[in-house]
Amino acid sequence: MNPGSWLQNYPHFLEILYLATGRLLSFFDPLVSRLGYDRVDRWLRPAEELSKRVIFDCRMCGQCVLHSTGMTCPMTCPKNLRNGPCGGVRTNGHCEVIPEMKCIWVMAFERSKQMPAFGSEMMDLQPPVNRQLEGSSAWINMLADKDSQLPAGWEEASPRRFIKIEEIEAWKPSLSQTAA
Amino acid sequence: METEFKSDGRLERVLRSGRFAVTAELNPPDSANPQEVYDAALVLSSVCDAINATDASGANCHMSSVAICALLTRAGYAPILQVSCRDRNRIAIQGDVLGAAAMGVCNVLCLTGDDISVGDQPQAKRVFDFDSIQLLRTIKIMRDEGMFLSGRKLTAPPRLLLGAASNPFVPPYDWRPLRLAKKVEAGADFVQTQYCYDVPRLRQFLKQVCDMGLDERVYILIGVGPLRSEKAAEYLRTRVPGVVIPDKIVDRLRKTPKHKKREEGKRICVEIIQQVQEIKCVSGVHLMAYRQEELVAEIIEEAGLLPRPMQPLARDSDPRARPSKRRRANRDGDQ
Repeated sequence: MNPGSWLQNYPHFLEILYLATGRLLSFFDPLVSRLGYDRVDRWLRPAEELSKRVIFDCRMCGQCVLHSTGMTCPMTCPKNLRNGPCGGVRTNGHCEVIPEMKCIWVMAFERSKQMPAFGSEMMDLQPPVNRQLEGSSAWINMLADKDSQLPAGWEEASPRRFIKIEEIEAWKPSLSQTAA
Repeated sequence: METEFKSDGRLERVLRSGRFAVTAELNPPDSANPQEVYDAALVLSSVCDAINATDASGANCHMSSVAICALLTRAGYAPILQVSCRDRNRIAIQGDVLGAAAMGVCNVLCLTGDDISVGDQPQAKRVFDFDSIQLLRTIKIMRDEGMFLSGRKLTAPPRLLLGAASNPFVPPYDWRPLRLAKKVEAGADFVQTQYCYDVPRLRQFLKQVCDMGLDERVYILIGVGPLRSEKAAEYLRTRVPGVVIPDKIVDRLRKTPKHKKREEGKRICVEIIQQVQEIKCVSGVHLMAYRQEELVAEIIEEAGLLPRPMQPLARDSDPRARPSKRRRANRDGDQ
């Protein structure tokens, strides 16, 4: 177990932290782009890897979607699923592949209910992983707009959410609990 | 739903007509002899609307799904190509889908796939380049936009009915209807569920699905199957990922005398089909009778689902039947 995983029990705090990190990074964006994204990537990567690995067991896919997946890293799923749990989850909520591990999507779903800002992004269709970005800094990829580049075909049929998760009964109760 | 057909297959026509559809799973042979595929298909073909060709289910090596589909379409059967993300990356999958469509396959079922660790070769490398939702969307892009995921154009897009799998019987239960919503959004036209032995749980799931209005956007086929004995049930629920069998059913089999167990397993299956038929938004059943294909016909008959509608395959837009460019130009000129 990674030493900072207890922080994942406070998904609302983490999503605020995510927002803050995003703001901070965009504040430094002009500076970073002048220094060159590739150069800063080399400097920043160890810091990003350390901080994210300690909390999320990050696998450095280089295209972070933590805020859309209940502040739970989808790449820690043995099948690398980014769009929700497979059908092999055990009745006790544990993983099909690693029986002693709790299914990360069971946890992600519970956590998303406590995330008023980004929880509803659980319903977004996540595009296929760009394997070229593996091992690079997701922060720099975000500033350089590399992580939002979709395959051409995927862009044509761009994803949209037709169901508002906020209106689903099963999702609602804990959200209101957090608000109160 | 749209009036224009998405595929040239029989399954779509049965589903659209509102008839209760029946699909069945073909157990792929461990053999290079095509006759074994035909023998297995023969007992299924007259009692179901489409035959699922599994893609190394349970991560056990068998004849490939594409090859089985090719053999079946040659013989005039209507197969459903199962594609799992476990063994192939996006390049292989898109190529296989095009090839299958060229051979006359009209239905594709998109799956994540059982993990390698449960199969006969746990030393293998996991691929999982896509997940099932990305796979669905990619094939939808090929069909509707006429291009590969990369954006490169297809000269003739595949005409396919897209299927997805759903398992309402495992956690997180509240998320399952939402996951189905995501799959419908990604492009699913029909859904086949995991083995259903827990009808109350299924009803609860379907109620949530109907509340979201998903039943108007997707055809739902419920997975059912006969249990040979309580031992088989125990094996299924402990060794096969995602299969949930309530103790009540296992106990019922345990209490049955040995020579009647098979009969009792069949009766349970028929009862479940009859209960499922009563549910409003269910469009059909999907029979998975592992190593008991001979029971499939009896079950479907006893459940009162015969005769199956024998619809001729609509072949107007079969790419193989298309006239050459020159002849097409002439014909268009005549009109």
